[in-house]
Amino acid sequence: MATSESFLLAIGTKKGLWLATSPDRQNWSLTGPHFLMSEIPSVGIDTRDGRTRILVGVRSEHWGPTVFHSDDLGATWSEPENGAIRFPEDTDAALERVWQIHPDADSRPGVVWAGCEPISVWKSTDGGEHFELNRGLWDHPHRGEWGAGYGGAAAHSIVVNPDGDKVHVAMSTGGVYRSIDGGASWEPRNKGISAYFMPDPNPEFGQCVHKIAADAAVDGRLYAQNHHGVYRSDDGGENWQSIAEGLPADFGFVMLTHPRRAGTAWVIPLKADGERIPPDGKLAVHRTDDAGASWKRLDSGLPQAEFNSVLRDAACVDGAEPAGVYFGTRGGSVYASADEGEHFTEVAAHLPDVLCVRAAAVAQVPVPAAERSGAAVSA
Amino acid sequence: MAEISVLLPSVLAPLAGGQPVLTASADRPVTVGWLLDTVGGAFPALARRLRDETGAVRRYVNVYVAGTEIRRLQGLGTEVAPGQEVLIIQSVAGG
Repeated sequence: MATSESFLLAIGTKKGLWLATSPDRQNWSLTGPHFLMSEIPSVGIDTRDGRTRILVGVRSEHWGPTVFHSDDLGATWSEPENGAIRFPEDTDAALERVWQIHPDADSRPGVVWAGCEPISVWKSTDGGEHFELNRGLWDHPHRGEWGAGYGGAAAHSIVVNPDGDKVHVAMSTGGVYRSIDGGASWEPRNKGISAYFMPDPNPEFGQCVHKIAADAAVDGRLYAQNHHGVYRSDDGGENWQSIAEGLPADFGFVMLTHPRRAGTAWVIPLKADGERIPPDGKLAVHRTDDAGASWKRLDSGLPQAEFNSVLRDAACVDGAEPAGVYFGTRGGSVYASADEGEHFTEVAAHLPDVLCVRAAAVAQVPVPAAERSGAAVSA
Repeated sequence: MAEISVLLPSVLAPLAGGQPVLTASADRPVTVGWLLDTVGGAFPALARRLRDETGAVRRYVNVYVAGTEIRRLQGLGTEVAPGQEVLIIQSVAGG
């Protein structure tokens, strides 16, 4: 019954949340579903403040969206009576879906960001129990021209630099916006990113960005996976250049970066927007260790044939050494790698469509052996 | 004073303190909007399941007065008389 470090993997699907725990990132015990029949488009694992809080965006087709949290690894769940995220009356808007729950830096415990549909960014200072609408982005003069991607009109990526002054948001289909004053004001930052589906293929905004991520070790370096296009910026989003050469396809949804090492990022290519399957039906993760100059195909442990796609938040990295890489497919398979993608093991199969995954090292809550249950899956 | 009853689907009863029926006192006809405000006032987590923050009834939530869904009547302005029951039923939707 000793307390020790363990790994927690939260798997949000179209029909509920599953939680997996592992002592070694090889053997996983799965519990769930939590929130059966509700869509789980977002999960955040907040390990700051000496506790592990799981924050979950839950959306019932009948009863609408809400945010639950658990401080006991999913044994019990709570939600604020009046809801964590509520549009103010004067906006005449209603929350549709929470796409992103993003705990801020370790230096700002209690601060949690959320990206939502309709396109909006929210900030909490109480650990994610109550969020405030970012008025700077909501009142932006471009808002009426931002479109909806197939999945909805959402702010789906929030990247905050360590100082907290620079914040990047990516939205479908508005592109990348940057704030340099902590979120008070925002400007589009899409120069160099093509929007071939627009009358002007190089607009100021309107790009269909699928995911952005920051290089943890190079200030101002960002990566973006777009609707056709993989890009890097070295100047905080002022200018972007393609880094798609060497990849089997420039389409996809996932963009991950290493928690510490400069120049390391992962994508999971799909053939094209018209054929959203892994190229040739062969699933592979691709990693760069030189900021996109070259890519390495990683498929050890992955199935020979896979025709399901991987959605934008259905992939994540943990903060361990070496970094763990995790992803789930729309076919309900979830894979984990404890060695930065070199080898994957199957954590779960035959779940509903995987919408999001998040992983973290956590201080394990001691559970008596007799109560340890769930379908154990061995590597 | 007479009462108006609001019958909840079983899945929502836990959000109303376990009660499958909520009641409001009324000695004259009231609107469905007033009724939902009144019975939901003590149970905001329940109220959020029925209506969004603009006050609109959620798309797959159906509210019946005398056997007719309020979207075919006057919506939230539909009148309910003392002694009547209001049924809340989720749509057959999703998959």
